Amino acid sequence: MIVAIFTLSALAGASGLLLGFAAVRFKVEGDPVVEKIEAMLPQSQCGQCGYVGCRSYAEAIVAGEADINQCPPGGNNGIIALAELLGRDPKPLNAEYGAEQPKRVAVIDEQSCIGCTLCIQACPVDAILGAAKHMHTVIARECTGCELCLAPCPVDCIQMEPVAATITTWKWTYPVAEIEAA
Amino acid sequence: MSAWFPFHGGVKTVRHKTESSQRPIQPGLLPSRLVVPLHQHVGATAKPMVQPGDRVLKGQMIGQADGYVSAAVHAPTSGRIMAVDQQPVPHPSGLPDWCVTLETDGEDHWIERKPLDYRRLHPSDLRNAIRNAGVVGLGGAVFPSAVKMNLSGHCERLDHLILNGAECEPWMSCDDLIMRERAAEIVAGIHIMVHVLNPHQVLIGIEDDKPEAIAAMNAACAGTGYQVCPVPTRYPSGGAKQLTKLLTNKEAPVNGRSTDIGVQCFNVATAYTLHRAVNHGEPVISRIVTVTGQVAHPQNIDALLGTAFADLIAQCGGYSDGVERLIMGGPMMGFALHRDDVPVTKATNCILAASARELTLEQPVMPCIRCGDCVDVCPADLLPQQLYWYARAKEFDKARDHHLFSCIECGCCSYVCPSHIPLVQYYRYAKNEIWAREKEKQQAELARQRHRARMERLEREKQEREAKLRQKAPPSRAELVVVPGTGISERNG
Ligand code: SF4
Ligand code: SF4
Ligand code: SF4
Repeated sequence: MIVAIFTLSALAGASGLLLGFAAVRFKVEGDPVVEKIEAMLPQSQCGQCGYVGCRSYAEAIVAGEADINQCPPGGNNGIIALAELLGRDPKPLNAEYGAEQPKRVAVIDEQSCIGCTLCIQACPVDAILGAAKHMHTVIARECTGCELCLAPCPVDCIQMEPVAATITTWKWTYPVAEIEAA
Repeated sequence: MSAWFPFHGGVKTVRHKTESSQRPIQPGLLPSRLVVPLHQHVGATAKPMVQPGDRVLKGQMIGQADGYVSAAVHAPTSGRIMAVDQQPVPHPSGLPDWCVTLETDGEDHWIERKPLDYRRLHPSDLRNAIRNAGVVGLGGAVFPSAVKMNLSGHCERLDHLILNGAECEPWMSCDDLIMRERAAEIVAGIHIMVHVLNPHQVLIGIEDDKPEAIAAMNAACAGTGYQVCPVPTRYPSGGAKQLTKLLTNKEAPVNGRSTDIGVQCFNVATAYTLHRAVNHGEPVISRIVTVTGQVAHPQNIDALLGTAFADLIAQCGGYSDGVERLIMGGPMMGFALHRDDVPVTKATNCILAASARELTLEQPVMPCIRCGDCVDVCPADLLPQQLYWYARAKEFDKARDHHLFSCIECGCCSYVCPSHIPLVQYYRYAKNEIWAREKEKQQAELARQRHRARMERLEREKQEREAKLRQKAPPSRAELVVVPGTGISERNG
């Protein structure tokens, strides 16, 4: 157990360092329009749009291969933002690619996990920690909700759970007061 | 001082102060159970330091300040910890939050109280002591006072230290009463602020409908050089920016801080608790709460933090007929509660049991007729009607460009709007939405970086492996398992 804890913390620390380093060292210069589009995409890296990640989708939009309404996590707000950026007319989300839904995060049932590392290899943002043959766990804060870890799990111990509203994430809603006919 | 400098806009509201201001401050009854929230201040939630079963003494720290912008939380009386879990708290969402539940033992047994000689302490040690005593702004904003007592980086010394005793919200009288009854202790607290902040001038702003408070503060300030400044009764004179303008004619720049213009502003009740904390070693474990509206005997109660609202209502003789809604804070800036079993916190200045008459804002909403009344009353010099259109149409960028974030949510615009549009609700909605999107953006950016780092790592590992393979003889197929599609390979066995 101690070993597991130690490994996990070491991993967390190391990946943090690596990230900071990578961000500086591997800064990719690219097409400014692609950059702008990419900055608007939700970065779930889920592949629902039909591309391997948000950046590929951004490139496909610029190349004219993909339409602007293929990203379910971005939803209607995302489409409107893209339409505005590209000077096109907004259109509804193409249902072929999926439906917009509230954000969820993956949760591993730690009792059933066999420590096979397959989910770690699937996670596009390295949000799963665990050493071989030790139980794995998802860093909820980093999980984008892409669901890519579900399929590879041989014991089906990963579930998607809605992110519960807390006092700190709660928002005032749109006022409901209806305007009476004048 | 008799001259003042009017701020733009504002409204004359109903007052309804005398209902609760006729009786002296009453001590709160000791309930059998106190539920003390760990997040009673702006900033990080205090870290719990107790476990169920622990015995605690009155004034013992039960939640530790977590970082610079935070404040400690203390046991309001002696007893036994029952739970550290999520409990209902007074919040517009109605959602629960982390609380320490204390079963009181009726003995009210204090910890050892150690007064501090603040004149001999290093200012940073004094600020730490203030944070550890849980001192926060008691006007309702609950910002940690220790942070406001640090000028480093903003200005050398203050021009004006302002004490806010304006209390412009209708129905509320807790500041009025504390100034009448505890003026000398408020002044003792001001001495501590003066010691740290070294202001050229100390100004105490009080609305001129509180003659007893003005007289008491004048008497207590005799010989100190502190000036008691009556200001006209006009809502929201108690807004920090509005009071600053009234007393000094200075206005902080948009997006600026008050210290940019050499001003810092504290509530009078905060000065009182600062005095108790420093000169008596008593952390903040109670506050004065106005309980008013449709209750049998409206009054001010010196209530232990964690006391249920329902207990205070009962102490006031219970609800009268016609209560439509329970509001924390005043009718202008307060919010409706979902239930009355929530605890008093450091932010609970007033509990208003409102009848339909007090809820005039909730009349049928009509379309905006562009009358401009809201513009005339906005004390922040905004264009409320314009902000409303943008918020309604969810044009958040435009709302932001029109200084949505300068809106102090005072409610003057809603108050005068002939169409009864709940304007402030739209602004709160728009602000929350902008914050949430900002946060989403930050999270997305983090995910993008993590994704990129991962891709690069995989690429690097692949190259390293290939380099190694080229050096050594290739391993036999049975030894190497290649996980398809990931570029990751593992030694078998
Ligand atoms: S569908 Fe998924 S991968 Fe594609 S752009 Fe949207 S978030 Fe990114
Ligand atoms: S006061 Fe109301 S009706 Fe008049 S301009 Fe403002 S929002 Fe419109
Ligand atoms: S609530 Fe905001 S917009 Fe309305 S009057 Fe007050 S400061 Fe102005």
